[in-house]
Amino acid sequence: MRRRVSDNTLWFWVFVGPFAAGLALFTYVPLLWSVYLSFFDAHNTVSPTDFVGFGNYTAMLRDGAFTSSLGTFAVFSLFIVPATYALSLGLALMVHRVRRFQAFFRSVFFLPAACSYVVAALIWKMSLFSGVRFGLVNTVLGWFGVEQTAWLSTTHPPWYWLVIVTVRLWLQAGFYMVLFLAGLQRISPRLYEAAAVDGARPGWQVFRYITFPQLRATSVAVVLLLVINAFQAFDEFYNLLSDARGYPPYARPPLVYLYYTALGQGQNLGMGSAGAVILALIIAVVTVFQARWFGLGRKEAD
Amino acid sequence: MGVFRAGGAPRGGRPEDPLVRVGRALRWVILVALALLFLVPFYLLVRNGLSAERDITSPSWTFFPSSVHWSNVRELFDDPAVPMARSLLNSALIAVATTVGTLLLASLAGYGLARIPYRFANQVFYAVIGTLMVPAAVTFVPSFVLVSSLGWVSSLRGLIVPTLFSGFACFVFRQFFTGFPRELEDAARVDGLGYWRTYWRIVVPNARPVFAAVGTIVFIGAWNSFLWPLVIGQDRDAWTVQVALSTFTTAQVVNLHELFVAAAVSIVPLVLVFLLLQRYIVAGVERSGIDD
Repeated sequence: MRRRVSDNTLWFWVFVGPFAAGLALFTYVPLLWSVYLSFFDAHNTVSPTDFVGFGNYTAMLRDGAFTSSLGTFAVFSLFIVPATYALSLGLALMVHRVRRFQAFFRSVFFLPAACSYVVAALIWKMSLFSGVRFGLVNTVLGWFGVEQTAWLSTTHPPWYWLVIVTVRLWLQAGFYMVLFLAGLQRISPRLYEAAAVDGARPGWQVFRYITFPQLRATSVAVVLLLVINAFQAFDEFYNLLSDARGYPPYARPPLVYLYYTALGQGQNLGMGSAGAVILALIIAVVTVFQARWFGLGRKEAD
Repeated sequence: MGVFRAGGAPRGGRPEDPLVRVGRALRWVILVALALLFLVPFYLLVRNGLSAERDITSPSWTFFPSSVHWSNVRELFDDPAVPMARSLLNSALIAVATTVGTLLLASLAGYGLARIPYRFANQVFYAVIGTLMVPAAVTFVPSFVLVSSLGWVSSLRGLIVPTLFSGFACFVFRQFFTGFPRELEDAARVDGLGYWRTYWRIVVPNARPVFAAVGTIVFIGAWNSFLWPLVIGQDRDAWTVQVALSTFTTAQVVNLHELFVAAAVSIVPLVLVFLLLQRYIVAGVERSGIDD
């Protein structure tokens, strides 16, 4: 018996060991190292000697550019989270009910998920929302006599948000539609039959009292993923807004700010690490808070 | 369901409520309109990629180029200013290596966590789950620090190895193997196979759909990944296709037809993977939902 247990232990580590070692080395070690670095003045070095305590943290939180990047994230998620949620749920409800060409519609809405943010941003910046007159949106608006707009460089009103939000909306709506479709398929037809017997009218009433509550677990997951992904937005911001002159002073989300602080000219790795730690904490808090708020752990109790 | 869907009227019997029919027609119109709208960006990609420069910048919109310029493709690969072939090769190497490596490492770990009794298995599992809470994008600064002190900047190693340990993939495999029917493995054990041979001979052949699901998602993610290759692939020779595209999108002088044909070429492998393996991707996306 004794031999068997240690045999199992050995085999456990044969299977799990390589993965666990890599995860430790490439996720946990960098995290701890950056916590360490965040307490030092680390310009262009990864083995600093100049301990500054919480100096990087206070400098970071006092830096207007950092706090305004958090504001940018807040505005961005205020747009993108409800918009993606509504569009992907709407698409799922329609695709679920349609009888002919269902697979075709699902493919078309899902296909943008195969596109990279780099390519999508390129299409949006250079063609769709190109600020010059041959941009498609300007062309279409021109047919109705609307003046051309320089979408990405207009800050009053901030038209650049329209460009940024629609890229992500187009790219990710189909992905979340697939999640909702899976959720819809799990709803028992008996519930609908029971609702019909009880006299619920098809359409809004059934959606409100059966479909929507039954999608609760999927909704929680979708909102959680949307917020976390919005927090990590980098690719489309960088590719839409930066040019040969650098990045404009507006619409800098946290990761863009971090990218330029830690890896830009100064290579201020201490500050960058402090920023990464603050962002990781914010994400953890947001995740836990959302999970509590929506009662993610409650499923077992039901 | 049938009773209900027809809005009170039995299906196939009496004529349907006109309201229901209007609703269905409206749904069709909205779906078709949205589908067309969703395809516009792909249309622009192909239209501009096969146009002459003057057709793209022409003040009057032409829906199709006046003549189709397949020569744009050759021009792209002949242009010494754009390392297109090299960056495509880099992307392909990275995507394939990341997919194979991730599948191997994460499936072994997932199986071990699901099936091999070990006192601290739960603690190890929590350590894996914990990394899902810390998004990779937030750790790019510390990871860059680590990779640069290993001297791996601008190398394929640096681009591939740190991305091989996916907590998400391990989680999906672990959940799948936990629900895998034990009878098959028990039979193998009776025949005297140990964990290792049971895994390769019995478990893997019966788990192909999960491998396909996780593999396609990892492949797409690796091909499209941008921030990490931007940070690590600093030399031109280490550019992935995304970094190359980005460099030219954000450059001062832009050659539009060449840029668009490059972008179109860059998504061809993915569109193929996507259309051929879509059902696995859908399965993978469904598995990645936390609600299972």
